[in-house]
Order: sequence, then C-alpha cells, then structure tokens
Amino acid sequence: MKILYGMQRPDEGEIRVNGSPVGFHTPADAISAGIGMVHQHFMLADNLTVLENVVLGSEPRRGGLALDFAAARKKIKEISDAYGLGVRPDVPVEDLGVGDRQRVEILKVLYRGARILILDEPTAVLVPHEVDELFDNLRGLVREGLTILFISHKLDEVLRVADEITVIRRGTTVATVNPKDVTSRKLAELMVGSELPSPETRESTVTDVVALSVRDLTVRTGDGRPVVENVSFDIHKGEVLGIAGVEGNGQAELVEAIMGMRPCEAGALTLGGADISHWSTLRRRAGGIGYIPEDRHRHGLLLESPLWENRILGHQTRRPNVKGPWIDRAGARADTRRIVEEYDVRTPGIDVDAATLSGGNQQKLIVGREMSGDPVLLIASHPTRGVDIGAQAAIWDHLRTARAAGLAVLLISADLDELIGLSDTLKVILRGRIVADVDPANVTPEQLGSAMTGAGEETV
Amino acid sequence: MNGFLDRVLGRVRLGGWLAVAAPVIAVVFAVLITSVVLLVAGKAPVEAFTTLADYGTQPRSMAMILNTGVMYYISALAVAVGFRMNLFNIGVDGQYRLAAVVAAGLGGAAVVPGVLNIVLVIVAAVVVGALWAAIAGLLRVYRGVSEVISTIMLNAIATGLGSWLVSEHFGVLTGNDLGTRPIPDDAHMPGIPLIAGTPVLVNGFIVVAVLLGVAYWVVLNRTRFGFELRATGKSESAAVASGVSVKKMIVVTMVMSGAVAGLIGMPELLGASYKYSNNFPAGLGFTGIAIALLGRNNPVGMAVGALLWSFLDNSSNQLQLLDISKEIVQIMQGVVVLSVIIAYELVHRYRIVAEQRRVSRELAAPQEAPKAEAAA
Repeated sequence: MKILYGMQRPDEGEIRVNGSPVGFHTPADAISAGIGMVHQHFMLADNLTVLENVVLGSEPRRGGLALDFAAARKKIKEISDAYGLGVRPDVPVEDLGVGDRQRVEILKVLYRGARILILDEPTAVLVPHEVDELFDNLRGLVREGLTILFISHKLDEVLRVADEITVIRRGTTVATVNPKDVTSRKLAELMVGSELPSPETRESTVTDVVALSVRDLTVRTGDGRPVVENVSFDIHKGEVLGIAGVEGNGQAELVEAIMGMRPCEAGALTLGGADISHWSTLRRRAGGIGYIPEDRHRHGLLLESPLWENRILGHQTRRPNVKGPWIDRAGARADTRRIVEEYDVRTPGIDVDAATLSGGNQQKLIVGREMSGDPVLLIASHPTRGVDIGAQAAIWDHLRTARAAGLAVLLISADLDELIGLSDTLKVILRGRIVADVDPANVTPEQLGSAMTGAGEETV
Repeated sequence: MNGFLDRVLGRVRLGGWLAVAAPVIAVVFAVLITSVVLLVAGKAPVEAFTTLADYGTQPRSMAMILNTGVMYYISALAVAVGFRMNLFNIGVDGQYRLAAVVAAGLGGAAVVPGVLNIVLVIVAAVVVGALWAAIAGLLRVYRGVSEVISTIMLNAIATGLGSWLVSEHFGVLTGNDLGTRPIPDDAHMPGIPLIAGTPVLVNGFIVVAVLLGVAYWVVLNRTRFGFELRATGKSESAAVASGVSVKKMIVVTMVMSGAVAGLIGMPELLGASYKYSNNFPAGLGFTGIAIALLGRNNPVGMAVGALLWSFLDNSSNQLQLLDISKEIVQIMQGVVVLSVIIAYELVHRYRIVAEQRRVSRELAAPQEAPKAEAAA
C-alpha cells in the first residue's frame, strides 16, 4: 500500500497503471498518475473549513498570488454532486462527524484528479449505518468509472463491497477470489491459514469481588469542556467490562484518567479496596493495573529500542526487570524470551528493535508484557486494532484465559463483534456519559451501533 | 535521538563496525573538503596535514592536547546528558563560567586549607552549575518555556553576572588583568607526568573526566533512572504511559547536566590558571555541543571527538608557519560535525532497513510450507 502511494520504494517487481509501467518516488508521483489515498487516520486540519482542507497543498491561484476560493468551491460542489457525497464546503472540519470527515478525505483525493482510490481500513472508525453510507458512496464512485482498492480486516464488509478480493498474508498474495464464490468463513481461513477464531467467551467467570470501582468520574479539557462526565462502574474479578462508543466520545480520556495520565476533575477510583485517585501512574501500574494502549506506537513501545528494553517499559520498578536502582539485564532478557515464547511473538530474537516487528507481533509483545506481574486489572484499549486475524485470535485467547484466572478487564473497542463477544457487561458511552447498559448476550451489532450514535438512548 | 550507545556498546547487532565506520568516513570526508579549500586558496594540503600531524605527535603537544581535551570532554558529557533526553542544554557555556567565577572566588578566599579547599571549590562549582541549569528546567516544566531559548538567555545573564561578581566582589587587579584572587598553592590539583619526554604535566582532572565518562555510561545504561531518561528521550508519550514523571525527569536531567557543566572550568581553575580572569577559556559549552554530536553521545565516541577537536585547536597555530590561516581548522571542524551527522543518519537508516529485511527473511523461511498449502 505504501509502495502504491509512493511512500516506499519496491525492491523488485513493477506497477502498471492503465497498462503502462510506472515508478513512484514520492506520493506526488502517485497522485499525478491518478492514485489517491484515504488514510485510516484522517489527515485534516480541524480548525480549517472543508474547502480549505480540500485545497490545502494544491490551491487554485488567481493572478499568480491570490487564492481562487470561488473556483475551488465550484469544483468541490461539482465533484460532490457528481458522486453524491453531499459535502458542504464552508463548514469547519471540527464540526463534522467521522463519516463526514471521511467523505472530505475522499473528496480531497478526487479533487486532485485521482481515478484510483486506496482506502485503508476506512470503516474502522465508523458505526454500522455510517458504513452503509460509505458503501453507497463507494458504489456511486465505481459507477462513475473509478477504481477502488479497499483494504480491510473486516470480511463481511469486503464481501459486501468488493468485486474482486485478493487475500494477502505476511506480505504475499495468498489467493484472489470472487466474492460471489466464497463465504466469509472460507475467506477468513485463507487469511489465517487455519481455522477461524471467534471472540465468543464460554461460561461466565464473573465473581462478586470488585476489582476496580469508578465513581462519578469527570474529566475536563484544558478549556473546561467535560469530556468524561459522571461515569461510574464496577469491574469484578473475572469480568470483562466493555465500553462501546463511537471514537472520540471520551473513551481515551476515561482510560487516561484511570491510568493517572490525565487529572480527574471529580470522582473516586478504588482498586481492590484502596483509593487510588491520587496515585501516580507508576504507582497505579505497580498496584496491578496492566495497560494495553490504544496507540501502541505512541504509548506502548519504544520503537527504536530492542524488545527486551520494551519489556522493561512501564514495569521499570518491578522484578525481574530491576534490582533496586539497577536494571537487571539478565532478568529482563530472560523474561522477554519467555514472553516471546508464550505469546508467540514472531521475531528472530529479543535484540531487534520493536519497529521491525509487524503490528500484530508488537501487540502480542505488549499483551504479554502487561499480563506479566499478576495484574489485578487490565485496561485493553482496542487490543486487536490493526493486527492480523491470527494475532487477533491469540490476543482474544489470552484475554479469556486471564479472565478465567480472575483478571478484571476494561475493554474499549470499536470492533462491535469483539465487544459483544468478549464482554460480560457492556456499557455505551456517548459524549462522555454512560448512556446505556447493554446485555451482550442478546444484542446485535446493529442495535449496539444505533445506541452508540444516540439513535436510541433508552436501554436496549 | 536514537540509541547509538545501544548499537556500539550494547549488544553489537547488525554490523557494529558500521557505527565505527561512520565517524571515520566523516573525518576522511572532512579532510577531503579541507584539502579542496586549501587547493583553492593555493596552498599544499599534504604539507598542511603533515605539519598538523607532526606537531600533534610531539610529547609536549600530546600533553597539551590531553589537557584541553579533558575540558572538552567534560563539556560534551554535560551536553550529552541532556541530549539523551531530547533536552537541548545550550546553556552549558553560561553554567560553567558562572560556576567557575563563584568557585574561583570561594577558593581564592581560602576559607578552608589545602585539600578541603579543592573539595569546596569543586562542590561550589557543581552546585552553582546545577542551580543555574535548574532555572531553565523549572521554567520548562512550570511555564512551558523551551529550554533552548531560556538557556541561551541565561548564558547572557551569566556573562553579566560573572563580570559583576568579578569586578565588585572577588576581583583583584594584577597589572592590567582583573581577576579573582588566586587559589593558594596548597589547593592546587597536582598534575600527572603521564607523557614521557616532556616536562608538561597532564592535568590531574583527567582522572575525574574518565570517572565521569564511566559514571555517565553506567547511570544511563544500567540504572532505572537512566532507562527512564532514555525512554523519555525516545518517546515522551510512551514514557508518560509507563509512569515516568516527565516533569521530574526534565528538572533532574537539567540539574545533572548543569552539575557536570560546573566541572568544565575546574581543570583550568585548579590545575592551570588558579583564578578566574578575562583569560579564562570561554565558549567551551559550544565546543561541547559539537563534540557530543560528533561522538553521538557515546562516552568513548565523545572522548575521541574531544581529543580530535583539541588536537585541531592546539595545532592550528602551526599552520601559520606555512602561511596558512589557522581558521582553516575551523572549517575542518565544521565539516567534520556536519558530515558525521549525515554519515550517522545514513548508517542508521541503512541499519533499520537491513534489520527489517533480516527479520522478514528469518520469519518467512519457516512459513513456506503453510503458505504453499493455502495457495493450493
């Protein structure tokens, strides 16, 4: 994907666009060949309007200097109408929802004349009905003669939207199939190379011992806006508590508040009977909170450090990593080898940098690290985001095993199947408030999705 | 900042020789560029370099190179402590000068006798350097002021404060030279006759410098504090999530950097001039920045860099005998730093790519069988 968009050079092989071979050195080359990319993480400037975001970097000029906004607005209107995107050019991006932002991203690449669109995990941040809208848009684009490369981990979506499916595993093409001829089970088997995992947990292991108790937690941003408001819940030992919600509704802030990375305005946190509200992050970690962060590159790993140093990260006060003020190299290295072994981290050794591992293997290393040292509570933020199905199954297995052994898990995810499958209790968060309690045993992803968008604010 | 230290002194992974090759290539490149400059100026490069080399290998020059090198090395260490955490302590210069003024004033007053006076002078210098640097650290933590800006400002203030202290409080006029009262003979750091064939003694502080280098390596690589410092330097967000108090680390690191900076002037003060005057070496803090870059924060690398720098500085005067401007040496120093940075970056990228290839190759090998299965 990075190669197609000119961000990385291929070692061998060739790319043909409309039959003629091309070589891309930079994304600009790819754009001029008509290839546009919609990134998984939106690349938009929040405080600019849609119009300004779209023209950013390829502003139409008038008389050499002045920006020709009128012409740009006209062109955006034309494109938006032609493909039925319904984009309003003069709204600031910060006022838009996720689905709208994605349409702006698509419009951005169309504006630059792209005829081939690469969409990287476009549905990761969308709720089901937004996904439907996106697919309608995509079908419209295809009708107009555009080519779309749709990259996704979600099989049902691929089956619904694609005209042809190519399965890639470990960087190699495994198979190219027609969606009419395959079931999602068959497709999944192609992806994993073995049988299909499922997030379902078996019997309940919930005990009545409360591990973490959160009472009336409120978190405000620097400008006083509440991002988490009066949130209360208990997680028992052996329980997985899932928090469902469209991203950006306070989940990240909630997690950071529990981890002590962000000050709470009000509320009390109790871990195993001890009031931890005023504990530092380090003390909370040492007190038995494991943390699988949402963004492993930013919060979970030192990418340019070897695996064994990453084993120490976040556990730098505990054995086997340290002895008093000294780093215990031998201890940390031996334990890293154990994690690599037990959690099936595919790596040639523990001295390679974390950056060289695939996302799934990085995540397995983090899961293994956070499960070490007998945690009482595990905060798992999007534990399987951006990892391959094999790693996903392994991570689910580890979560289930730990849960059976009495671990309390706070699970935050955008993957509704994962939430419904793993959780014992499920709460819906919207604009920083818990708006619904849902029984994971009899709820469909569609129902959950509408609860998340506030469509039905009553208890499902 | 990437962990060069880990590459050279830690586990030598893929081709440790690369890390050594980079500075060597950079120096060779710098010699080439300088030769071109010399040729353009109509001078003979070979002759110039032979003169430099001849001078640098005489026993007397070697002792002098070591003496200047000791100060350069301590300065580089002070800078490197901050660099490892992405803190740019540009204020090492002001810190060591202010520390030297206060220490010289105290030492000259001879409050305590003999060895105790040496200890007092050193402790005073360390404390003053640390406190002066702490100002920048606290400003950064509580007011969000970039330490680059604040330390540059503090350099200017240190200069003013130092002059004021010397002229109003510690100063005595010796001929034309206004300086602090000389430290009495019983509190001089003894020299070491390290190099045979010359009466020039090597400054006793060389021992302190070596110990500092060892301590720097041990603290950074083998202690929890050093781990947290390096982690913060590599990824502040990951450090926060891991429970490292970044604010505390910033202040502590600045204080450590300043404390080491306080020692920079000590070899000169206790082993050569015994007072602070207008002739006291200035600008060592900036030399330290260049050497820390050159040695890529590695204690051995910086030692080599300090000696190279010192050699160039000490022998530059000899070029005047050939009617070559001694400033050619500064060109060479500049080119060395620039090309070293580029060379390290290239080597670093090469290593990352090579390692990624190696990982995927080693992982791909045993996976061949199931893949073929799936394709069929």
